[in-house]
Amino acid sequence: MFRNNYDNDSVTFSPQGRIFQVEYAAEAVKQGSVVVGIASKTHAVLVAIKRNAEELSSYQKKLFPIDEHVGIAIAGLTSDARVLSNFMKQQCLGHRLTYGRNMPVRTLVEMIGSKAQINTQHYGKRPYGVGLLVAGVDDQGPHLFEFQPSGMTEEMVAFAIGARSQMARTYLEKNIDKFADCDREELIRHGLRALKESLVQDRELTVDNTSVGVAGAVKADDGSTKVEPFKVYDQQDVTAWIESVADDKEGAGAGEGEGMEVDP
Amino acid sequence: MDHRPQAWGRPRDDVYGAYDASYLQSGGPKTATQSPIVTGTSVIAIKFKDGVVMAADNLASYGSLARFTDVKRLRPFLSTSVVGFGGDVSDMQFLTRHLNELAIDEAYEHESSPTSSSEDDPNAPPAGQLNAANLHKYLSKLMYRRRNDFDPLWNQILVAGFDSASAPFLASVDLRGTTFTSPSLATGFGAMLAQPIMRRYAATEADAARLTREEAVKVVKECMKVLFYRDARSLDRYSIAVVTKDGVELSEDEQLERQSWAFAERIKGYGTQTV
Repeated sequence: MFRNNYDNDSVTFSPQGRIFQVEYAAEAVKQGSVVVGIASKTHAVLVAIKRNAEELSSYQKKLFPIDEHVGIAIAGLTSDARVLSNFMKQQCLGHRLTYGRNMPVRTLVEMIGSKAQINTQHYGKRPYGVGLLVAGVDDQGPHLFEFQPSGMTEEMVAFAIGARSQMARTYLEKNIDKFADCDREELIRHGLRALKESLVQDRELTVDNTSVGVAGAVKADDGSTKVEPFKVYDQQDVTAWIESVADDKEGAGAGEGEGMEVDP
Repeated sequence: MDHRPQAWGRPRDDVYGAYDASYLQSGGPKTATQSPIVTGTSVIAIKFKDGVVMAADNLASYGSLARFTDVKRLRPFLSTSVVGFGGDVSDMQFLTRHLNELAIDEAYEHESSPTSSSEDDPNAPPAGQLNAANLHKYLSKLMYRRRNDFDPLWNQILVAGFDSASAPFLASVDLRGTTFTSPSLATGFGAMLAQPIMRRYAATEADAARLTREEAVKVVKECMKVLFYRDARSLDRYSIAVVTKDGVELSEDEQLERQSWAFAERIKGYGTQTV
């Protein structure tokens, strides 16, 4: 009856100037469970909620190490993310082989940006149905990048993508000024609090469904920089962090003083 | 049996008549550079406590003919490293153009990004750019690749600058992709004539780390003089580059000073003999 004639492929504009296939791909990102990333002056962290398809199954991984210095968090089609992740791993390895250094994070992100954009411009191709947060450290310090299926990439101070990620973004926006000077542990706790904001009513962070990834570049007093390689923490390794944000009141930290008051 | 490879796998002449040889390629297999044509002679370099000094003369020889006397064989890269080329000059020009492209790409990548590490020193190069060690690694891969294509770039290259730990860096790569590093390095004739002199001053990394800039420049200038005396494909005009944390100081029109040819009288065995 009212069929949309302009969403059959990603090379056709609608009369309103939209490319529906690309917009649908952006919807796929919103179906994925939420991931949060924050960068400070010294660290870049990724935190994620893992989902299990059913009670008896394992949890789907959300964080992937790419190279010594970079990792990604995914929201959307995991299989598309694997393609991008393999590509990024190869590029990083190739760069290390030819130049003997870590690939600059911006260069890496621009590469997948170009790769994804090509898919939005060729008949018979489809955009990747996955959004990424790319966190890493290079000679210029820690970085956090957002990647969208449209091929758009952008450097972020903090960001969240995935289902109900608006709640997490609201938390991040309220606390944005604090992130730059946070130490490693504080930054992770901010990430977990943002994650909690976007949880549905009766769910909470557990060791089973929470992943944390950290990369860091801490400047020593003698001017040298100590690099902490990207590492993913799961299961018992995240227990302490979950407990440290467990006793926060609902939405605490979000608004100091403007939070809901308990009845006297 | 016909033993000529051209005849293999083709219809027999005695059965089918003579094969139309115009289908065969007469040129033989493709051949790449078999020897250098226009050449530059030695490049020499020595490390000192806060950097590296490199020098090469300005001559491009065509065989034994001193063909071009204003060829610059040292080039800075991103004003943090210096590359010196010995060997074929056209291959040097190819590499120079290639390095220009690389430098432009690098400069673009690091242009807009807010540099966090340059806060304390506004003159410092943008963090994350290719340093001399990265550049040397890249050139070694390039040279080795061309060797494996049996189309080598006929050069020996010295790369000077700093490594990722901000220590002075000096390394060599040749047309086969062979790499090595040492407190002092010399290509071509310099390996025989200048290297022993430089080793007297910087035999080990520890020695080089005690050398001052003035001493290093003096040693290099002395070596250039010895090379001009004894290397018949050399020139008394040369380029000298000093790489330090502050950047590259490159002087491309130096003249050998205080030459003394008194020793020449005592040399016997060449040219017309009067005795």
